[in-house]
Amino acid sequence: MSYTSAQIWLIIAVLGVGTYLIRFSFLGLVGDRQMPDWVLRHLRYTPVAILPGLVAPLVVFPDATGGTTDPVRLAAAIVTVAVAWWRKNMLWGAFSGAATMAGLQTLSGSL
Amino acid sequence: MVSTTENSSFRAGFLAGLPFLLIGVPFAILFGVVATEAGLSISETVSFSLVVIAGASQFTAIQLMTESAPVWIVLVAALAVNLRMAMYSASLQPHLGGASFPQRAFAAYINVDASYALGIQKFEDVPNWPVRDKFFFFCGTMVLMFPLWVIGTWVGAVTGDALPDQLELDFAMPIMFLALVAPMVKSLAHLAAAITSVTGALLLAFLPSGIGLLLAGFAAMAVGAEIERRRG
Repeated sequence: MSYTSAQIWLIIAVLGVGTYLIRFSFLGLVGDRQMPDWVLRHLRYTPVAILPGLVAPLVVFPDATGGTTDPVRLAAAIVTVAVAWWRKNMLWGAFSGAATMAGLQTLSGSL
Repeated sequence: MVSTTENSSFRAGFLAGLPFLLIGVPFAILFGVVATEAGLSISETVSFSLVVIAGASQFTAIQLMTESAPVWIVLVAALAVNLRMAMYSASLQPHLGGASFPQRAFAAYINVDASYALGIQKFEDVPNWPVRDKFFFFCGTMVLMFPLWVIGTWVGAVTGDALPDQLELDFAMPIMFLALVAPMVKSLAHLAAAITSVTGALLLAFLPSGIGLLLAGFAAMAVGAEIERRRG
């Protein structure tokens, strides 16, 4: 690393302000004005459109294996989704996924 | 001045947020370790977590700084990672847009992956909740997470020791978010959007961090909205 202290503080400040403005954008500027129906129709899909894509690379190319697809992690992810969806319950899903991961890792002798 | 229902919505948010500490705290400690090892001082490292509050972009910035990348590259790359939060902001607007300006300004500050995911799931469950309850729930999800994010960073920076089993905990984050989002898949349109999101993010994983996800997200929202429109 070859930065002056001023450059490091500049990076921290600009990232802080920039990230805040990104987060503030619609929430802050649109306020309680009604957005058009077609926009709202798209926004209804934001969670299912962003969150699965956010974690998909972590599931398929995990850092812990150096980016190689790991059958244990893949199985744990599938069990998590299936159980959470079936039970309509996050904790059930997370617990089943974690148990699958721990169980399969013990079986494959990698612990 | 806080009424009983606000109290209970705050508590509900607090409880919903607890499992996410399992991800947030080790991640914060790890950031403290990595940032100080890269050469940042303790005060710089803690300030990073305090003002940016976005793990993935903080790690991106540190990684590039380790490589002595030009300052503007560090800024552009780390901000790109956070562009998804503009979508979170838009998606929360129909629910929190009616809150006062200071409340919205504060909600924006604590609008991160976990609070967004927990918040939007709750708001879809109880769309008719008064805006004040939604706001207090949202705050409740972060009441421990945010301070512990900063304190965890400090602990990692000072001790230089990551928690044991860090490599196993790396998978807690995908599992937690998958478990949270799966029940939100309530129709063919949601399912198609989720599949588009996963496929797009994997196919576009070669793009700079954050950009592929944003494009995949736009495509997935369009797919969901179009299916909803055609099926009525």
